[in-house]
Amino acid sequence: MDYFLQLTVSGFVLGSIYALVALGFVLIYKSSDAINFAQGEFLLIGTYVALTLVSAYHIPFLAAFILTLIFSAALGLLVERVVLRPFIGEPILSMIMATLGLSSLLGGIANVFWGTDTQVFPQVFPENPLTLGKIMVSPVYVWSLVIVFVLLGVFSLFFKYSRMGIAMRSSADDQQAALSMGISVKKVFAVTWAIAAMVSSVGGVLLANINGVNSSLASIGLKVLPVAILGGLDSIPGAIIGGFIIGILESLAGGYIDPLVGGGVKEVLPFVVLVLILMVKPYGLFGKREIERV
Amino acid sequence: MTAVQSPFAIGCGDFRVSYRQDMAIYKNLRVRRRVMLLIILFFLFPILAPEYYVSLATMAGIASIGAIGLNILTGFTGQISLGVGAFLGVGGYASALLTTRLGIPFWFALPLSGIFTAGIGALFGIPSLRLKGLYLAMATLAAQVIIYFLFNHWDALTGGTGGLVVQRPSLAGFSLDSEMSYYYLMLVILILTALFTLNLFRSRVGRALVAVRDRDLAAEVMGINLFKYKIIAFAVSSFFIGVSGSLMGHYTLVITPENYGTQISIEYLAMILIGGLGSVMGSIYGAAFITLLPVVLRELMTAVREVFPNMESIFIGIKEIIFGGIIIIFLIYESEGLAKMWRNLKDYIKLWPFSY
Repeated sequence: MDYFLQLTVSGFVLGSIYALVALGFVLIYKSSDAINFAQGEFLLIGTYVALTLVSAYHIPFLAAFILTLIFSAALGLLVERVVLRPFIGEPILSMIMATLGLSSLLGGIANVFWGTDTQVFPQVFPENPLTLGKIMVSPVYVWSLVIVFVLLGVFSLFFKYSRMGIAMRSSADDQQAALSMGISVKKVFAVTWAIAAMVSSVGGVLLANINGVNSSLASIGLKVLPVAILGGLDSIPGAIIGGFIIGILESLAGGYIDPLVGGGVKEVLPFVVLVLILMVKPYGLFGKREIERV
Repeated sequence: MTAVQSPFAIGCGDFRVSYRQDMAIYKNLRVRRRVMLLIILFFLFPILAPEYYVSLATMAGIASIGAIGLNILTGFTGQISLGVGAFLGVGGYASALLTTRLGIPFWFALPLSGIFTAGIGALFGIPSLRLKGLYLAMATLAAQVIIYFLFNHWDALTGGTGGLVVQRPSLAGFSLDSEMSYYYLMLVILILTALFTLNLFRSRVGRALVAVRDRDLAAEVMGINLFKYKIIAFAVSSFFIGVSGSLMGHYTLVITPENYGTQISIEYLAMILIGGLGSVMGSIYGAAFITLLPVVLRELMTAVREVFPNMESIFIGIKEIIFGGIIIIFLIYESEGLAKMWRNLKDYIKLWPFSY
């Protein structure tokens, strides 16, 4: 039972990070009908920048974290302007391929600058585990959970009350109507990409504190896709719930099934869940059903 | 009139007066002669070129077969697939198991592995009836990940990470060990594949597939059975991908999971995009381009090694940057790919010096 609880807790933490990264997918999909296969590479580059600032330039973690966020926002803006802007309204395949190309490009850049070896993120959070009843929780986990929930809260407030957030929701709803109300849809797209890059770099830094940094961190981008699809690509609550479902399932599978079959179930399980969900609900759990007319 | 023209003379005022002419594979006699000449040149190639180039051509040719297969699905029928890598693997493993475990000769195992892959492809095509665009891309990506997992972990069947070892096929006691003989095998199959695909899209089935791509609901209203044709597209496409996987397996002689990862799926999509969606010749250009890209880059790296000695360590990174960059540049500037560029060049020459 303790083992089960332990796994559930770590799955919950993992799931919260997934939810954060999936939020990036959903934001981009909602506002511009694009999916970003390069999300994992945004995460990777953000993490490496934070790592470099902390370990090579000895900047305090909090300052480095803020600098990383600024850098990620700039990267998101740049990518949106240079790569994605020409594909607005293009067929979905072009969009998919463009972001796949982008993921290769950014992955290559990370590889050239930082190599492929695993690097340890300097200790940021205290080491002594906390004990909650019978289970031990490392402070990194607690902090991750807190940060993720704060961010998710900030975003829901942002979408509900801020001018930009409302503009983003309206252009997601209907681009033409938004344009006619004087909203700059281009600006909305730019901000969306900046936010997506920022949330994924937060996710990356948190993951780096748990697992260390290497190029395989980018594979989280592909792994989070099932999360976003599971909840429905255009639903923010869906992304959050999907994140927790996949995180906990993955952790339980890693704990119970992996030893039986020799590993790897963790990686494949999200996709099995994805296939099953798509068979029953083609638009995910909370996705909006598209109505097509000829 | 025709007697004095060289096969490279370019026609002018080319017009068609019947549907029959419009649908012909060779638009006129000159094109036919030119294609024949080209095919003869391809047959002469291994005699004239060094062995290394023959092996590169073989790799590119085998990839072309797979790329044509993917183009049938994605380029002509409009169904996005991120699962090519896994289907290549299904073809490779099926062929390896048929030849080594069951002792079936390669010549039967090759089409059988194609048929087996077609079955698996059709199975994963079933969700395509309800899923579209991104959601379909995700379902095929899931197929890729799940099949790849089976390659790695179903040790009893696939040999796990160690993979399987296969033999080169032999024909009437003569083993196709040499580069040249395998090149000819590839060439014959590639020509058959290209001819089949060109003819497929002149037929009723092919036109139905194109209608599905253009607007599937409209196609359904016109009486096209969507489910049937989408499954046909998945099956035919997977058949060629399976054949390509089998050929590649028997060429490299070892079948291991890492040759069938997600990266390979992305490379094949890049091939048909760079080559040209919905173009058979484009698939071949694109496959050649993507196969040769790392080779050319490697040569360049070796050339500049004196100047930048640490180039070797960042080679993979540079390769990825260029690969991604090329995809993006093609998409932005020529989304119809090399096939369109080639047509533009021909038109330019045809009209020169009056370029309007």
